[in-house]
Amino acid sequence: MKKFIKNASSYLDSRFKLSALLDFARKKKVPEHEYSFWYYFGGICLFLFIIQVITGILLLLYYSPSVETAYESVHFIMSQVKFGWLIRSVHSWSANILIGVIFIHMFSTFLLKAYRSPRELTWVSGFFLLLIFLAFGFSGYLLPWNTLSFFATRVGTDIAGTVPLIGKAVKAFILGGPEISDATLPRFFWLHVAILPLFTVVILGIHLVLVQTLGMSSPLGIEKAKLREFPFFPNFILKDFLGWMLIFVLIGILCVFFPWGVGQKADLFASAPVGIKPEWYFTFMFTTLKLIPSHVFLIKGEVLAILGFIVGAFLWMLVPFLDKNAAREKKSPFFTWAGLVILLYIIVVTVLTYLLPKI
Amino acid sequence: MRRRQFVDIFLGASLMGTFASLLYPVVRYILPRKQVEAVVKRISAAKAGELAPNSYKIFKFGSAPGILINTKEGELAAFSAVCTHLACTVLYESDTETIFCPCHNGRFDLSGNVISGPPPAPIESYKVEILGEEIIVSKKA
Repeated sequence: MKKFIKNASSYLDSRFKLSALLDFARKKKVPEHEYSFWYYFGGICLFLFIIQVITGILLLLYYSPSVETAYESVHFIMSQVKFGWLIRSVHSWSANILIGVIFIHMFSTFLLKAYRSPRELTWVSGFFLLLIFLAFGFSGYLLPWNTLSFFATRVGTDIAGTVPLIGKAVKAFILGGPEISDATLPRFFWLHVAILPLFTVVILGIHLVLVQTLGMSSPLGIEKAKLREFPFFPNFILKDFLGWMLIFVLIGILCVFFPWGVGQKADLFASAPVGIKPEWYFTFMFTTLKLIPSHVFLIKGEVLAILGFIVGAFLWMLVPFLDKNAAREKKSPFFTWAGLVILLYIIVVTVLTYLLPKI
Repeated sequence: MRRRQFVDIFLGASLMGTFASLLYPVVRYILPRKQVEAVVKRISAAKAGELAPNSYKIFKFGSAPGILINTKEGELAAFSAVCTHLACTVLYESDTETIFCPCHNGRFDLSGNVISGPPPAPIESYKVEILGEEIIVSKKA
């Protein structure tokens, strides 16, 4: 058996040059410092994405993307298919945790100024991955075709519709018409299982290649010569794996004790239920839209808020190019404080949405 | 113009033309086709006596929802049920006797005017009349 394995690995190595890849991983070093802990969140994102792909493929077997059958097929998965409740709950819980971990990964990268040269494009590709995964969350939320998802989609697409000049065309493209109709669900399904995965593969590929070739960034102010390092393989990989297992256990516990619900079937001609809110990661935008007055300086409040979010996101993407001090390896307290204020706003408004639903 | 320059332009334009001719049907395929819908101006929203005082009903008015309210005093009023803020479907709150949008807490009075919250404009009010057994709702001219 040993001989067979040796021969097989030698055969594969001579064709795929696996030993070169292993050598690269062994030679690669990871900086060791008091903030090294934050490096592991990128790997956890990757692990959760893999879970999404596997459980998503399994759900495709029973899910039916039409207005007449979508809700019933999800109900069937949850109640009739053996372990259907588990597969769907893993998909839903890991999707939510994935968005949370992406936010942690992004803010830790931001606060450690890991976006500075030469990693600007790593940041930009990560920013696009965040947008893609938010789009995954938004499109996936409608697929069970329940009341909450229906109204979340209506509000979400109407937000897109308020963007000046292109809004209406974008909304019509997303919905398959001017309003939510029979054409909307297949379109969301198409985005969720074909278009977004395609974009993810390309951008995630670029992100990973950049991370591997440029290596992990070390925090500002630490001299390279004084920096301790440890091997990527096997040390970092094994610790990464431990993190993956912890997350996997957490997902298992959540699925068993809090299986994902099905809700009420969407009725296009019913009032929105009282206390309705979107998925937690959209609540800071949702509550901002609630709090903003109807008009601010003659501009519609909602248009102003949405334009604010778009401009804010654009500036966020351009941070590596705007933060000139960090690019020169100097401290940039303005960006640190700006990031902390944004983070605090997101946390406070998200918590308030749940604690004070009537605001 | 040199022969080489001409060939470059000719081949470049041909390549772009080929690409555009491949892309055009794909783009047209993806873009939603225009739906022609009959414009509904008048509809039977409910049966007379169907609604108890201080209650409401959501009805289908063309492709959008409408709301029919029987007030505490027994007067009928109808509006578009689409909130002018971000298009959620509103409801009638019997304890406050106002129209309420649960999505962003927009509130309208029984004339359709905004009382509070983020909606930027009143909701459209409709004409209500009783014809025999039917409550007929129609768009105001």
